[in-house]
Amino acid sequence: MSGASKEGLERQAREALGRIAAIRSEGRELSPRDRLALPVQDMPCQVPQARAANMLEVAEGYSEAQAKVEAERCLDCKNAPCVSGCPVRVDIPGFIKKIREGDYVGATRAIKRTNLLPSICGRVCPQESQCQANCTVGKSLKSIDAAVQIGRLERWVADNERACGACDLPDVGNSSGKRVAVVGSGPAGLTTAIDLRREGHEVVVYEAFQKTGGVMVYGIPEFRLPKSLVAIESNLLAEMGVLYQLNFLVGRTRKLRSLLAEDGFDAVFIGAGAGLPKFMEMPGENLVGVFSANEYLTRSNLMKAYDRDRAATPIYPSRRVAVLGGGNVAMDSARMALRLGAEEVRVLYRRTREEMPARSEEVGHAMEEGIIFDFLTSPTRVIGDKDGRAEALEILSYALGEPDASGRRSPVAIKGSERVVPFDTVIVAIGNESNPLLSRTTPDLKVDKRGHILVDGAQKTSIDRVYAGGDIVLGAATVILAMGEGRRAAAAINELLG
Amino acid sequence: MTRILSKRRLSEEVYRVEVEAPLVARERRAGQFVIVQADDDFAERIPLTIADADPERGAITLVFQTVGASTHALAAKEVGDPITLLGPLGNPTHIERFGKAVCVGGGIGLAPLHPIVKALKEAGNEVVVIAGARTAELLIMQEELKSIADELIVATDDGSAGRKALVTEPLKEICASDRPPDIVVAIGPPIMMKFCAEATRPFGVKTLVSLNTIMIDGTGMCGGCRVSVGGETKFVCVDGPEFDGHLVDWDGMMSRLRSYRKQEEEAHHRCHLDLAAALASETSAAERLAKGAL
Repeated sequence: MSGASKEGLERQAREALGRIAAIRSEGRELSPRDRLALPVQDMPCQVPQARAANMLEVAEGYSEAQAKVEAERCLDCKNAPCVSGCPVRVDIPGFIKKIREGDYVGATRAIKRTNLLPSICGRVCPQESQCQANCTVGKSLKSIDAAVQIGRLERWVADNERACGACDLPDVGNSSGKRVAVVGSGPAGLTTAIDLRREGHEVVVYEAFQKTGGVMVYGIPEFRLPKSLVAIESNLLAEMGVLYQLNFLVGRTRKLRSLLAEDGFDAVFIGAGAGLPKFMEMPGENLVGVFSANEYLTRSNLMKAYDRDRAATPIYPSRRVAVLGGGNVAMDSARMALRLGAEEVRVLYRRTREEMPARSEEVGHAMEEGIIFDFLTSPTRVIGDKDGRAEALEILSYALGEPDASGRRSPVAIKGSERVVPFDTVIVAIGNESNPLLSRTTPDLKVDKRGHILVDGAQKTSIDRVYAGGDIVLGAATVILAMGEGRRAAAAINELLG
Repeated sequence: MTRILSKRRLSEEVYRVEVEAPLVARERRAGQFVIVQADDDFAERIPLTIADADPERGAITLVFQTVGASTHALAAKEVGDPITLLGPLGNPTHIERFGKAVCVGGGIGLAPLHPIVKALKEAGNEVVVIAGARTAELLIMQEELKSIADELIVATDDGSAGRKALVTEPLKEICASDRPPDIVVAIGPPIMMKFCAEATRPFGVKTLVSLNTIMIDGTGMCGGCRVSVGGETKFVCVDGPEFDGHLVDWDGMMSRLRSYRKQEEEAHHRCHLDLAAALASETSAAERLAKGAL
């Protein structure tokens, strides 16, 4: 987000490479001090004006020179604090060292030992609160932004491998004769499927939609995660022999119990994902022009409504859009609305930027693109016209009060601050309740009072041989946390079937 | 991916197709629906209630009307062509021995009504069917319904078949008779269902309606199908599709159905233009052939 051009970043990287070469030509290796002095490699991005009008990826990825410089910044700490911050325990210093050595194939292999979906994780993981939060370089330089850019390096390794056309497949063990059903092809399901297949089990992944990838295809927009990448990474599983059964809703097309009792599966993993979208429960919320973020994003991503010439699924013609919420999904919705041609997009959030759960990089990108943030505001009702279409929001201002139990300062409404602001579209992005479908059709599957499936430390549910992970257990979480749960479940299932 | 097994055009805009779907045919119950797509990439997901199922042959029957681009694309499919299908979705109709059941179907709504009539009859109910349409040509599933129902009352707007009346007329008469229904099921255009609910309300007869709202996933994820029922927001896909007709906010539901009317009308118009162009070129080809033959 430095705003430096791609060429400028490349020049800076080459200069740094020159300095590194000079040190090595003196016959010595870089000292930690030398490494700390190397510049953090910024991510080249499409310029805001251009990208706000297209669906192409915003972050364009490192060049080789940038990747090399960034890799030299790593101190290769013995205790590798970064690894303990990674839910799937990628060997971070190991793969960075391989980049440094110019062994890019080796770098890919090091990552893929624990994570088969690096081009996805490199793009959408919140590294700043995981691996990079623990990085010694960032700590030494007293800035989280100065940490080794592990995510960008991971992405570069994966993109470089794909560009070279050499994709290594993990080894698949001899057939175990055991069969496992995986419900859902999102991050949790795919990760579980890979780890099960490695052990030689037959794996069938059931997906309700017509495409694999779950939230990575219906939720996260093209401009953050190109769908072609998700397709390539889920095809790897097919190459490993994982079977996909699309357009199949476990619970309806087939009962969960029937998979075990009649269809010959030895175990089931449920990674069905986030469920029913939450609404504000304010008057006027069912008016035309009010959408859940799930609906808005699914129309635009999975159903490709942005491709107006070819897509049959319509998208609402919006001029003034209000997005309610402060998470990543709110940022995705706002930026999508802008790209679909809205004249003005405003994010309404009850607290301030500091409390926003969205990644700071995403908030920054949204601001650069011209999204307007109305902090300390929240609507009280949607006002409709005579045809039942939304035409305005009544909005209330807030002030931050004392910190609540979670440590966040809770917003307090300012009396008399109501005002009416015209909006034709309202996108509600305040999270999801859990989907009741599987629990309703599987009576002995225990859920908590919010409907999330209850699991033990090994991701096992209340039913023997049935495991669960990801958003259906956690509520709204991240791609990588879902992967972490999938990995743990797969280990437990492998042990059960071993 | 599944295939179309048979296809029949019931009227100018109404098609009846049989689709290969063995699991759906086995698992489905009366009142459930499926989502179909003409293709995986750009086609819309369309919810359609199941009109019939044959578990032996692994087939289900769907009836649909061409409304927008997607239903036109579906209508253009021929026997053997692949389509995408997900189901069965929604909750099955609650079937029990109520006593006397009156089932009201309007136009294309007669198709989804059929399995419910069947299930109510099998459960030992006396079943009266009121079949309504604008005109005789649009009355569908008449043979099937006649063979199951204890009585079939036909009503058309123009009197071209049965009584010249709206379905609400015979419905009110039965409600006011000395043997009123114990339950009413009404499926058809929203305005018809609304007025059926209004007709039964004074008699206090429980009236089930099946809502066909805008949907994307059909599994509870998008919330596009939400409707206010008894002051509470419900999702048609996971809480429905059937609700107590006396509690549905009909005006809200109907305005939501009109969300994309402008785009739909444009698509419908475009499809008709395409069709006209295709017909014109066929005609001119035929004329050329005829001339050549001369």
